Amino acid sequence: MKDLIIPDGIHGPKLSDMGTPAKKGAPVTLVIDGMDVTVPEGTSVMRAAAEAGITVPKLCATDMLEAYGSCRLCVVEIEGMRGTPASCTTPVRDGMVVKTQTEQLQRLRRGVMELYISDHPLDCLTCAANGDCELQDMAGAVGLREVRYAPGQNHVETRAAEGPNPLYIPRDDSNPYFFYDPSKCIVCMRCVRACEEVQGTFALTVDGRGFDARISTGTDDFLNSDCVSCGACVQACPTATLQEKTVEEIGTPERAIITTCAYCGVGCSFEAQMRGDQLVRMVPWKDGKANRGHSCVKGRFAWGYANHGDRILHPMIRESITDAWREVSWEEALDFAAKGIKAAQAKHGKDSVGVITSSRCTNEETFLVQKLARAVMGTNNTDTCARVCHSPTGYGLKQTFGTSAGTQDFDSVEQVDCAVVIGANPTDGHPVFGSRLRKRLRQGAGLIVIDPRRIDLLESVHMGEGIHLPLRPGTNVAVLTALAHVIVTEKLYDEAFIRERCDWEEWSDYAEFAADPAHSPEAVEALIGVPAETLRQAARTYAAAPNGAIYYGLGVTEHSQGSTTVIAIANLAMMTGNIGRPGVGVNPLRGQNNVQGSCDMGSFPHELPGYRHVSDDAARAVFETEWHTTLDPEPGLRIPNMLDAAVAGDFKAIYIQGEDILQSDPDTHHVAAGLAAMDCVIVHDLFLNETARYAHVFLPGSTFLEKDGTFTNAERRINMVRKVMAPKAGLADWEATQALANALGAGWSYTHPSQIMAEIARTTPSFAGVTYELIDRIGSVQWPCNETHPQGSPVMHEDGFVRGKGRFIRTAYVATEERTGPRFPLLLTTGRILSQYNVGAQTRRTENSVWHDQDLLEIHPHDAEQRGINEGDWVRLASRSGETSLRATITDRVSPGVVYTTFHHPDTQANVVTTDNSDWATNCPEYKVTAVQVALSNGPSDWQELYEAQTKLTRRVEAAE
Amino acid sequence: MNPDKLAHMANQIARFFESQPGDQAQAVADHINANWAPAMRDTFLAHHAGQDLHPLVSAALPEIRGKG
Repeated sequence: MKDLIIPDGIHGPKLSDMGTPAKKGAPVTLVIDGMDVTVPEGTSVMRAAAEAGITVPKLCATDMLEAYGSCRLCVVEIEGMRGTPASCTTPVRDGMVVKTQTEQLQRLRRGVMELYISDHPLDCLTCAANGDCELQDMAGAVGLREVRYAPGQNHVETRAAEGPNPLYIPRDDSNPYFFYDPSKCIVCMRCVRACEEVQGTFALTVDGRGFDARISTGTDDFLNSDCVSCGACVQACPTATLQEKTVEEIGTPERAIITTCAYCGVGCSFEAQMRGDQLVRMVPWKDGKANRGHSCVKGRFAWGYANHGDRILHPMIRESITDAWREVSWEEALDFAAKGIKAAQAKHGKDSVGVITSSRCTNEETFLVQKLARAVMGTNNTDTCARVCHSPTGYGLKQTFGTSAGTQDFDSVEQVDCAVVIGANPTDGHPVFGSRLRKRLRQGAGLIVIDPRRIDLLESVHMGEGIHLPLRPGTNVAVLTALAHVIVTEKLYDEAFIRERCDWEEWSDYAEFAADPAHSPEAVEALIGVPAETLRQAARTYAAAPNGAIYYGLGVTEHSQGSTTVIAIANLAMMTGNIGRPGVGVNPLRGQNNVQGSCDMGSFPHELPGYRHVSDDAARAVFETEWHTTLDPEPGLRIPNMLDAAVAGDFKAIYIQGEDILQSDPDTHHVAAGLAAMDCVIVHDLFLNETARYAHVFLPGSTFLEKDGTFTNAERRINMVRKVMAPKAGLADWEATQALANALGAGWSYTHPSQIMAEIARTTPSFAGVTYELIDRIGSVQWPCNETHPQGSPVMHEDGFVRGKGRFIRTAYVATEERTGPRFPLLLTTGRILSQYNVGAQTRRTENSVWHDQDLLEIHPHDAEQRGINEGDWVRLASRSGETSLRATITDRVSPGVVYTTFHHPDTQANVVTTDNSDWATNCPEYKVTAVQVALSNGPSDWQELYEAQTKLTRRVEAAE
Repeated sequence: MNPDKLAHMANQIARFFESQPGDQAQAVADHINANWAPAMRDTFLAHHAGQDLHPLVSAALPEIRGKG
């Protein structure tokens, strides 16, 4: 079993706490309890002691937070210093002589503990934190044996001598995942500090002083406060004041398994804390290099979907999509599926079938699905949902830098001086990265946001003045080329870098192109809707920053010029020399947990694993030798092409692993028509998703808790996913794919995903050094990992670009064909919210819905007034593709002329409205620009009602006999 | 495969390459050959007559690989 491995030294966050954060500095040597200790300058005496293996008692200190010095339990004696200083706030000095345990210290600590306990309930045996309470531990550590204070004023008892105790505050259960019990609070301020320093939301504060001090959200309860339920305060709390409800219900966990979150592309590491095979809680792992001990509401709390009653746990088949589903054995379902694929190929040719790999599944699973297409079905018709999100990143960065990947690790943000955030909303979409960026903004880094909407990042507490370019949707290329124009014409570029690292002729050509007055901010300001002076200020700020880093999301890629925009971003980074060292770079914020991995693993129809084109004879030969077959040298069909071919009658069978194309892909009517035209649709998923209404075979999937494998996050980091419980449907997803391949005659015999990774390493140069043994040993590894980079590569293109010289490419603006006019005068753009995740299949099946139970249309007050729309009204949203209805919310976060919605709820059907326009290079859909009209309506549209009726028809499961 | 949609996609590709230095028609053909499945190219080549093609797409036609 490989699933019980906990890397050395990790026994749970509370036991391995060093008290104060690590520091960097020159070595300083001191003596603690007679032992010589050498630590970096700036380290606290408390941490130095911990390094030497000595635990100084503490309550308000934790290594996730800066020292605060309030509990006075960590006092020590230092020769030459008066009194007993707090070891957490006292920095080490050369030659210091420290004693951590003397009679005086023991007496003082007991006195402190006695005071704490005098205002704390003594219900330890029935307390939710019993066995996991630092107050309890410290009472033991200091030898507290009695509490001499007579009962008096306190925050513990519900009643005082005469009537109710006015100091007692009842427990707040408003948050679905954790409770706040003020009667157990010792006011150590760890929660308040965690909310500020780690999360950056500043939702918590302290009311009153001294004995009257209480922790407060400043509102009635947690749910109605600014709290985003990230869990940092719960993790920081040393008592049962802030605690997970699951711990109260189940009990303390007995073991922890390090694994990786399956939500967004940040790829946070978590401890899955277990009791038996029951998950008690997910706690962010402090040694996780992507998240450094932080989490968001999704990864930390929203895992209840794994046990949801809607999960399908048996394979099912049906002849026709109007039949009821019939539960069958795996063998029967796989046999039925294989017959469907074979029949299609026999009748319509080998290229009449295809697969969609999942960016939600592991690298190993994705690799197998594309291998199934290429080596077993004999077709390159394989694609993945990256098609609809970051395929332009693949094209743009490969053309300019030579490979499709972000250039940095997330730690790099700690050295950024100017962050440019384009078409991304990190505090909602990539919350843990958003918190890390906010931390840097509070330290003084500059911020430029290029987005039609005023995102929350611009309102970060304690940051300087941000620059916002609220551009008109669809004009990214014009904006970025105008920024390049300013940098070129004002000579703000880094000539030395360009001469050394880039092709000078291509640069000269690009500089001449960008310098054209037609690309000046003044020439384009009317088009893009941003004042020329603001554009110039943004260009100067980015170019002048010692370290400028660009972070971007789907607001860049999901446009008809998505690939051109990625190229424009790469151009800006190269011309300012912001590539190849920490603190800079081009950083695509990937949507799904394993978008990076699914692209790396050869999911695209034109690329073998490692981004090698299928026409590359040498690359093909590697796989032909490994797989004992010949491979097609021609590219296969992409998802939209598959659907087009299906409508045309040329594409008949598809195997879709972990993707819901009917809800997530644009132009729902077209997707539905494509699926309906197929003879054999095999859906492999956790739930009967929207796509499954057109399926003939349903294979039950496994969650990330039920299998081994790896995910690769947005920083190219390969993180381990470890099985913490057996697959509920019997097979892990990689086993199901293998069984399907074998039903088609493949003869595969993998017994563990590590064997699949070994095959990837054998065939893919950038993964050559990757093994499970390496990842277990060092925690995670960033590709390229090979002979020259045996421990992986935090920063790419350090000495030269992957392709050799960096390549500048002209970026002419081409207006999208999706234009506003009298019928459709507004532009719709779409995005995500913190508490829900993409199509919501997982998060809608958790209590996260208390924060977001429906999609809303954001509309500017001016546009709303013109249409007579009030807050909360039902409105009809129509485009040339279709129409839907949802409720409106009125806000000036969007500019006049722009409306915005999320797409988390299937009944909203936002993609009924989006069009089939797509990126010129990759067919990535243009989700971010749709011309629409908005008007008052009475309720759901005809389509929504029809869809609801169809849902009932296509989701029937025959009762078991 | 809808020939109108394929012609539209080809025109979009041409509008990117029309601003690029070098042999633009070859670049259009190379992009299509590298990214379109043979069935898409065949359908496009068989039905390009009568489509409103960008001049670069027309110039690229001889270089787009069809059925041998």
